[in-house]
Amino acid sequence: MTPSAPAAPSLSRTPATPPGSSLSESHPRPQQMRRGMRRKQATTRRIVIGVIMAFFLIPLTSMLYFSVRYPLSGKWTGHSWSDLIHIQALAAEDPADYGQLWDGLKNSAVLVVLTVVLMLVLLIPTMTWIRLRVRWLSRTLEFVCLLPLTIPAIVLVVGLGPVYRIVSSVLSTNSIWLCFIYVILVLPFAYRALDAGLGAIDLPTLSEAARSLGAGWLRILWRIVLPNIRSAVVSACFISVALVLGEFTIAQLLARNNLQTGIYLVSQSDGQLAVTMSLAALLLAFVLLMVLSLLSGDRKSQEGS
Amino acid sequence: MTSVPTVAHHDVTSATTGSGALVELTGVSRSFGTVKALDGFDLRINPGELIVLLGPSGCGKTTALRILAGLEDADAGRITVDGRDISSVPTAKRDMGMVFQAYSLFPHMTAQQNVEFGLGLRGKNASERKKIAGEYLELVGLSAQADRFARQMSGGQQQRVALARALAISPNVLLLDEPLSALDAKVRVQLRDEIRRIQLELGISALFVTHDQEEALAVADRVGVMWQGKIQQIATPQELYSAPVNEFVAEFVGLSNPLVGTASGDAATVLGQQILLLPGSPRSGAVTVFVRPEAVRLVPIEGADVAHATRATIIATSFLGSMARAHARLADGTVIVAQIASADVAALRVGAPVGVALDPTPALAIAPGTAP
Repeated sequence: MTPSAPAAPSLSRTPATPPGSSLSESHPRPQQMRRGMRRKQATTRRIVIGVIMAFFLIPLTSMLYFSVRYPLSGKWTGHSWSDLIHIQALAAEDPADYGQLWDGLKNSAVLVVLTVVLMLVLLIPTMTWIRLRVRWLSRTLEFVCLLPLTIPAIVLVVGLGPVYRIVSSVLSTNSIWLCFIYVILVLPFAYRALDAGLGAIDLPTLSEAARSLGAGWLRILWRIVLPNIRSAVVSACFISVALVLGEFTIAQLLARNNLQTGIYLVSQSDGQLAVTMSLAALLLAFVLLMVLSLLSGDRKSQEGS
Repeated sequence: MTSVPTVAHHDVTSATTGSGALVELTGVSRSFGTVKALDGFDLRINPGELIVLLGPSGCGKTTALRILAGLEDADAGRITVDGRDISSVPTAKRDMGMVFQAYSLFPHMTAQQNVEFGLGLRGKNASERKKIAGEYLELVGLSAQADRFARQMSGGQQQRVALARALAISPNVLLLDEPLSALDAKVRVQLRDEIRRIQLELGISALFVTHDQEEALAVADRVGVMWQGKIQQIATPQELYSAPVNEFVAEFVGLSNPLVGTASGDAATVLGQQILLLPGSPRSGAVTVFVRPEAVRLVPIEGADVAHATRATIIATSFLGSMARAHARLADGTVIVAQIASADVAALRVGAPVGVALDPTPALAIAPGTAP
């Protein structure tokens, strides 16, 4: 093309951009608006996280502060933490006050184990079976499992009072039998966690593959289902542990003794120890969560990502 | 693409039964509500034979395989393996290796552990398990991937491991439930050939279910074409293609041109040309003849052959790589498909007149309106 020749008409319908102007310069507003929006979102995020952290940390810090400082004299002390470590000896010296706390602690420890085991034994095979064989029952199971959410603990106690009279006469009045009612209480949370886990794997194909290779149902549950829903099981266990360690109403109304009723009794004579014990229970639950998460994460990383 | 090493026979024979089992399903029926999935289904798999059940979705082929595996219960009928009735034997005790359509490797186990799983259930000790699993992984060309988890392998590799796992237990029968349908075309063909190679190498009886006719014809000793819960025809791929017994088989396996003609004795007159009829075709009267596209020739309208051809107009062409297809419309509106050399497709112009001639290859005919 010679310089004098007229320029060929452009096929592009894009309007010509003045020389020297870039796209960002020609559209400064949207970019600035986006940056402003991002800043706003980041600020909102920080505020929300700050509020949530304050919501959790202020009571915990207050508890810690109360546990290491005499309320009247204002002196700093590690006395209540020392008492907590030597709770067994204290219980022997003063069974009326500290004995209840020690018993409650032991009962809650046993209740945690029993509740978790019963919950897993009840839910995993049932949910697996329903997913594989009677899928039409899954809605019914979900309804039954979620039902305890809608029933207040006090109503549950009224209903289960007569049942526990029978439990007391057949088994004993030992507080560990609270595990039955605790299993009912943890059902909604454990069901949700396990349901998500089972939904994430191709259960029918995996179980059929295992069956064709010669595995029976128990082996399928133990070797195939459980390892593949490990995270869900860990979540269900943690929720159950947290719920059992924090349960007060039912134990109190049924005149049984657990950690929370023990703390309540001790709080009437030794408020500092009661708060220390509550804080320790919370820390224990937190540590447990971390350990379970780490264990679950460890296995996952071993399997490769 | 994974290269498959040549595996010496002695590598795997130590772990295999060496010969296939005779499997018979007799009068097997299964209904789901009002739907009859299988209706008096009969099948015999000879020792070392690979049978493919081919049919459209819902024809009952997967149900038949699942009943043989014990994953479904039959309403009626009898299943025997080497003469032993296994109808009431649970899945876990049937000794049938199965490869599923969905990826079925246990996600928390490595390839090696997956293959060892069934061996452990058969009481093999750790060193035996390791040795046998290694042999089968080598057989499927995945020794290097033995320590990988399912999520670290491609779909084709996962199905290979599933095949090794199914074979490692030395099953009576190998069951393959559309094992290639989740794979891409290239891997499909590769794995299909590998399955056949391994099946022949081990001499194991196998039942393969698919809806892909190319796959079926490529791997099978015999193909059973299923429809409405029954086998319509079971025959070698060649026989199935060249001598279909009914309209369904003729239309389902390969392409067919249903053309109206008049039967007289062993032949029929179609488009003014004589075509030999397959046994079972009507011997007189009006018939519909199923002519394969490769039996249809397109000839120039001015050529010498035009006297034996019917005038038609090209309406479409499709290039398929190794060959091509041309669609031509006859004067009465009938559309006929011809298979032509791919080099010839460029010469055909849509709208151009051509002559359609038929080879006298034997074809199936049915009386119009006859159900298969």
